[in-house]
Amino acid sequence: MPGKLKAKIVAGRHLPVMDRASDLTDAFVEVKFGNTTFKTDVCHKSLNPQWNSEWFKFEVDDEDLQDEPLQITVLDHDTYSANDAIGKVYIDIDPLLCTEAASVISGWFPIYDTIHGIRGEINVLVKVELFNDLNRFRQSSCGVKFFCTTSIPRCYRAAMVHGFVEELVVNEDPEYQWIDRIRTPRASNEARQRLISLMSGELQRKIGLKVLEMGGNAVVGYLQCFDLEGESGLVVRAIGTACTLDKVSSGSAPNTNTHVHPNTAPASNACNSPSKDGKEPVFGEDLPSSSGPPTPFRALPTSSSSPPPFSPSKPCSRQSSSSDTDLSLTPKTVEPKPVRCRPGIFLCPSSPTLSTDTLSLPGSGSVGCGHGLSSAPRATTPPPPSSIHSDCALLRKSVSFTEDLLLAASGMGSGGSAGKEAGPLKTLLRQHTQTALEQRGASSSGLLLNAREFPFFTLTSFPPGFLVHVGGVVSARSVKLLDRIHNPALGNTRSYKLLDWNSVTADEPETRDAWWEEIRQEIKSHAKALGCHAVVGYSESTSICEEVCILSASGTAAILNPRYMREGCLDIGSTDHRFEDPSPPSCGFCHIPYDELNMPFPAQLTYCYHCRRQKVPDVLFTTIDLPSEAAVTGKGCLIQARLCRLKKKAQGEVNATAISNLLPFMEYELHTQLMNKLKLRNMNALFGLHIQISVGENMLLGLASATGVYLTALPAPGGIQIAGKTPGDLSNEHHILTIQKRINDTIAKNKELYQINPPELTEEGLGSPIPEPRQRSRLFRSHSESSDELSELDLSHGKKDAFVLEIDDTDAVEDIHSLLTDAPPPTGFYSCNTEIMPGIYNWTSGIQMFTSVRVFRLSNANLTNQGLNKIFTDLCENLLKSFYFKLRSMIPCCLCHLNFTVAVPEEELIQVAVTAVAMTFDKDQAQEKPAEKPINKGSSENEEQLQFPLELCADVSSANTQPSSKVSGVPESTNVSSRAASVDYGSFADRCSTWLELLRLKAHTIRRGSVKTISSLERCSPLPEGRSRSLRSSRSFGGSSVTVVKMTPLSFLPGIRIIKYLGIINMFFIRETTSLREEGGVSGFLHSFIAEVFAMVRAHVAALGGNAVVSYSMKECVLMENPNKNQAQCLINVSGDAVICVRETDQEPTASMTNIGQTCCSANDGAT
Amino acid sequence: MAVELDVFVGNTTIMDEEVYQLWLDGYTVNDAVKVRMEGGVLDECEASADVLLSDTMDQYRTFQMCERLLHSPAKLANQLLFQIPPHRQTVLIERYYAFDDAFVREVLGKKLSKGTKKDLDDISAKTGVTLKSCRRQFDNFKRVFKVVEELKGPLVENIRQHFLLSDKLARDYAAIVFFTNNRFETGKRKLQYLTFQDFAFCAGQLINNWTVGAVDNMVEDMDVDLDKEFLQELKELKILITDKDLLDQHKSLVCTALRGKTKAFNEMEANFKNLSRGLVNIAAKLTNTKDVRDFFIDLVEKFIEPCRSDRWTAADMKLYLTHYTNSAHILDTFKHQVVWDRYMGVIKSCIFKMYHD
Repeated sequence: MPGKLKAKIVAGRHLPVMDRASDLTDAFVEVKFGNTTFKTDVCHKSLNPQWNSEWFKFEVDDEDLQDEPLQITVLDHDTYSANDAIGKVYIDIDPLLCTEAASVISGWFPIYDTIHGIRGEINVLVKVELFNDLNRFRQSSCGVKFFCTTSIPRCYRAAMVHGFVEELVVNEDPEYQWIDRIRTPRASNEARQRLISLMSGELQRKIGLKVLEMGGNAVVGYLQCFDLEGESGLVVRAIGTACTLDKVSSGSAPNTNTHVHPNTAPASNACNSPSKDGKEPVFGEDLPSSSGPPTPFRALPTSSSSPPPFSPSKPCSRQSSSSDTDLSLTPKTVEPKPVRCRPGIFLCPSSPTLSTDTLSLPGSGSVGCGHGLSSAPRATTPPPPSSIHSDCALLRKSVSFTEDLLLAASGMGSGGSAGKEAGPLKTLLRQHTQTALEQRGASSSGLLLNAREFPFFTLTSFPPGFLVHVGGVVSARSVKLLDRIHNPALGNTRSYKLLDWNSVTADEPETRDAWWEEIRQEIKSHAKALGCHAVVGYSESTSICEEVCILSASGTAAILNPRYMREGCLDIGSTDHRFEDPSPPSCGFCHIPYDELNMPFPAQLTYCYHCRRQKVPDVLFTTIDLPSEAAVTGKGCLIQARLCRLKKKAQGEVNATAISNLLPFMEYELHTQLMNKLKLRNMNALFGLHIQISVGENMLLGLASATGVYLTALPAPGGIQIAGKTPGDLSNEHHILTIQKRINDTIAKNKELYQINPPELTEEGLGSPIPEPRQRSRLFRSHSESSDELSELDLSHGKKDAFVLEIDDTDAVEDIHSLLTDAPPPTGFYSCNTEIMPGIYNWTSGIQMFTSVRVFRLSNANLTNQGLNKIFTDLCENLLKSFYFKLRSMIPCCLCHLNFTVAVPEEELIQVAVTAVAMTFDKDQAQEKPAEKPINKGSSENEEQLQFPLELCADVSSANTQPSSKVSGVPESTNVSSRAASVDYGSFADRCSTWLELLRLKAHTIRRGSVKTISSLERCSPLPEGRSRSLRSSRSFGGSSVTVVKMTPLSFLPGIRIIKYLGIINMFFIRETTSLREEGGVSGFLHSFIAEVFAMVRAHVAALGGNAVVSYSMKECVLMENPNKNQAQCLINVSGDAVICVRETDQEPTASMTNIGQTCCSANDGAT
Repeated sequence: MAVELDVFVGNTTIMDEEVYQLWLDGYTVNDAVKVRMEGGVLDECEASADVLLSDTMDQYRTFQMCERLLHSPAKLANQLLFQIPPHRQTVLIERYYAFDDAFVREVLGKKLSKGTKKDLDDISAKTGVTLKSCRRQFDNFKRVFKVVEELKGPLVENIRQHFLLSDKLARDYAAIVFFTNNRFETGKRKLQYLTFQDFAFCAGQLINNWTVGAVDNMVEDMDVDLDKEFLQELKELKILITDKDLLDQHKSLVCTALRGKTKAFNEMEANFKNLSRGLVNIAAKLTNTKDVRDFFIDLVEKFIEPCRSDRWTAADMKLYLTHYTNSAHILDTFKHQVVWDRYMGVIKSCIFKMYHD
């Protein structure tokens, strides 16, 4: 259906001088949309031209409206020679296509040139008239709203969550086309910018189509990424969560009430596609089975054809699957990865997956799938557990993993050699996948399939009641070779994915799709293994170096309340007893989703410390934000694990294999680091876990960031105990003691720092530790291994002499030292990588969003892993210190959503980019969460400081909180929790000896330090009250003629109410210079570029009538420099949601105001 | 190993006023870091020298990028590149255009030419203001001068509007522009004791009373050029000294009024004719551009120095000039009361201001 796009060029200002003779400019403007171009008159001799042009009208398809940007070029008229370009503005008109968003784009836009940066500004007016508003959704998907925000946007209500949507498009990178040799850098950059703009428009349109077909009207948690694959092309891919959103009329209501009426599910779902029914077990089928921990998995009705994760075959696969990474960081939660089988299972339910799996298992120790498809070895990053195995394997060659029957054999040995041995398996797999894909392709409405195949949600926070239980982190990685792209293994084409102008690469999307498909399947099966039917906080990423590409995906396995789902609710609701008896909101999500008797991995379970009715793990790792209703003790803090690994330079498959082999080790180490640091801070859960592994020519970088929290519902973490390998050695002993003391001191300090004083529980609540389920469950737990050995380690070490650490090994010492080097933030600062800091509730309105980039050159070519680690750690730590320093004027404040991105742009360069926001809070007000939760309250407020560092006593046992403990004075008297007693985590005894072995191995080879738990009863005092500063910040920019636009990576602004979402901002810029020195070197260059990007984002938001950007993120920052040639180039991709907001106390602007953004903005300036 | 690139960019531009001042003062990054360390920022925030260096570099880059905008401050308010709260903008501008009295004293009244610019290193050495800072200040003067030169309307107001400066600073700039335009001599040794503020005050007086703008406020250069007609009319005042009767009469009127009111009466009486001649001659000569330039020198030589050598107090001076001015009105044959008042009003306040050690 057609639409009419109208644009008017009003004026320019601050134009650059283009004519040296007169010091003036003769400017005119070309306005281009699609293939139509209009020009304004030339405005002679002015740096502030007033064109005041007529309305230029473009009559176009709405499909084009979605894909194409409006392109405005400002030129300097030259009578005798070619006109010189001053710069361009690309305007994405998507927001105008949605009735609820902006109605007009009007404002000053920076005129941007890829060589010179911003050169003046231009005032433009753009409107769209869409005809035929009804039923126009054929090729286009106008009207679907997109949100980067990973929660239900404020001022909307989720009527229905439909599920996962994904799409990708591929094209040749203009930078690598032959024509690039003869065109100017400017032309090439512009071609690239324009192409990416087109591709993201197209991508968004296609995703929109999928959403419409699913019956939704919005995509939440929209995550779009670029893969710059160099020669092999340019991939733009996106994932998101399709929803049906209702506007909340009051405008003020946050997203809280999201009750869904099951009945509202569009009828259309049912009839969407024939194929659907057969294929998607997702909600409907999985739910019932997985929902109740008690329900054995085997009962899965649908999955009958596919082996349940636990099936005996699984373990093997996991092992073999070296390729998968399941990193489950969740301590307990690791999911084994049943990689191999997935394609079979899900895609072709009827196919004999089982058999294949079993067959393949023994043979493969390695990577099957990867080979089949791309012939690149797939790296697996097994979860710590699996990684461990492989570690052991490598190091020791023989591991006896007897624990699981299956594992044993294949797993270990082959772990390392992913690539080579997968003979038979390979073929099998290939066939498998192919069929699977064919089927998929064949189904008439391929579009729908995805959504139903993958119960994934890109959301990281949910309306209350949505999240029922959380299993743990699931992740998968795979290493691919990009040079295969032109010979895709699969012949299928889904032509709708192709870009018309690009037939050459037509099959690429298929290849990429298949890759991601694999990974997603893996994730899905991991989730199943954890007894979960859904994955939340899901995200995907890549790291590319030359022709090697690591694809990663991760999320948090969870059980969701089916009432919010599309059809799931209808089938399941009644049968599931679990939902009828909801757990208390503040702890329910911690309860294990899996069957206690069939735990997917060894875990230490206890009764929930909050409700005491259900079991909880001792540690919980997740990728989501802390649920708002969760009960937390004290404050949270940022926890990072950092790791560098050198690798040999290599090409092609050799390189890919080397990388695959390294990945498991890295995952394991990162996990270990995280776990140790968590314990060091006396916390028991991680939220917002994000693990990034970046590949460079000669090294791999791993960075895991998360926010540590003490969940009240989980047991208190034990301490860390160091032990020496040779107890007899006195000096050594002494050394160990010193270290041990430092560790204990640090823990004590941290408790105080983060105000962790867990509430004490009544005795009855504690009950006795849950007997080790292991033995009983043995048969079923095929994957068992996967779980964290780490946690096992921690738990058991204390008691067992068997675990002796070679502390004298320098590496081990270094590891421990590095543990202790993380400096806590200075007084008055907190930091986290989640949306908000757990434990801080009284935000004031001061915010400062920032982006910081550092590149470090390693001058010494002979670095060791250890040396590199130190450098990398220092780099990150120094960055943080630098933030604290710069933002010191905002104290007390918290750095939220610290998002670190690491890259290895060149050999010997490490790049770290951080985007975060500093928010002030009021230290004087009570730090308590306003409402409920009496439980944690008391302790944090208690001024008394009682510190009883106890070596061996248990957590808190006694009933009442402070008073009792205070009185008692002597720790012993109060405590002795039942837990401690048995704790021990020592139930080691019943563990099978193999485990012991395994653990020992691990200890030897990897950790060398053992960890012992110490439960403690400590009371922390609130931080010393530092200076109390009054609310800072009302920055009123009232007088300025430029609308103030606030930016934040969070989904909200403190003290400010979002009243309207204006559309998504998704911008891609390239900047290049051939006068690097003159621009202040590479720092000067990047500094001004980032400032320019901010400026352009703000200008676009302001032109839409908005005054803030939420969920802002910098997805890409690729910097290439060549100082010798005085050149540099940088690409930045940013995204976010443009919004209009008002101060919470203000009245909602009237309808008329919102219509015309400008008015609204100016009215609200004060508020911002 | 080295940090190859290190940037930090805030959505709201972060600026530390202390660092800004160091930048304005022309400190190099390393020197600025040193100064900051001595200032104790580090202890306050548990930071290391690296952190300080990185922060200083960031801020210096920001300032450098802002500098272009500061050259036409009006742009700062509607540029899009930096989001700076208005009060910050004001501070940025005000500080950027602030100058060192020691420096301005050196260039006051000089032609703002390339030649003068070349001598800045000498001035820098003499005043202790860094060369960088001297250049900035010099360029500021020149920039303001160029912009204002061709504008109609009141000088101070023009400066304030074009450069968004505070009233005080705008007046100082008006003085600088005025001095530069008229090339008043301020560098002679005898004038060294005068501060910039003394001159600025005098300039204000001259601008308000003796320029074209004082009578007609919509003329080009109205505040920059002295009122030619007025200067011509000043010649008429000569009668006060050339006509002996008038001179005597004037003297006796003044002496009568002063008698008994001051210790310096004798000296006043003795010097009356000299002093009166001095002042009136200055007035009569102002039609010559050359003599305009020497206006302040003349005031000092012809009036202030003699009085000072007679040890008049400031109060004496005030008393004397008041009566000297007023008595002229009583002279029957003296017809130029208006011109006299316009002249003496300024002279009186200038001398008051300039009469100190």
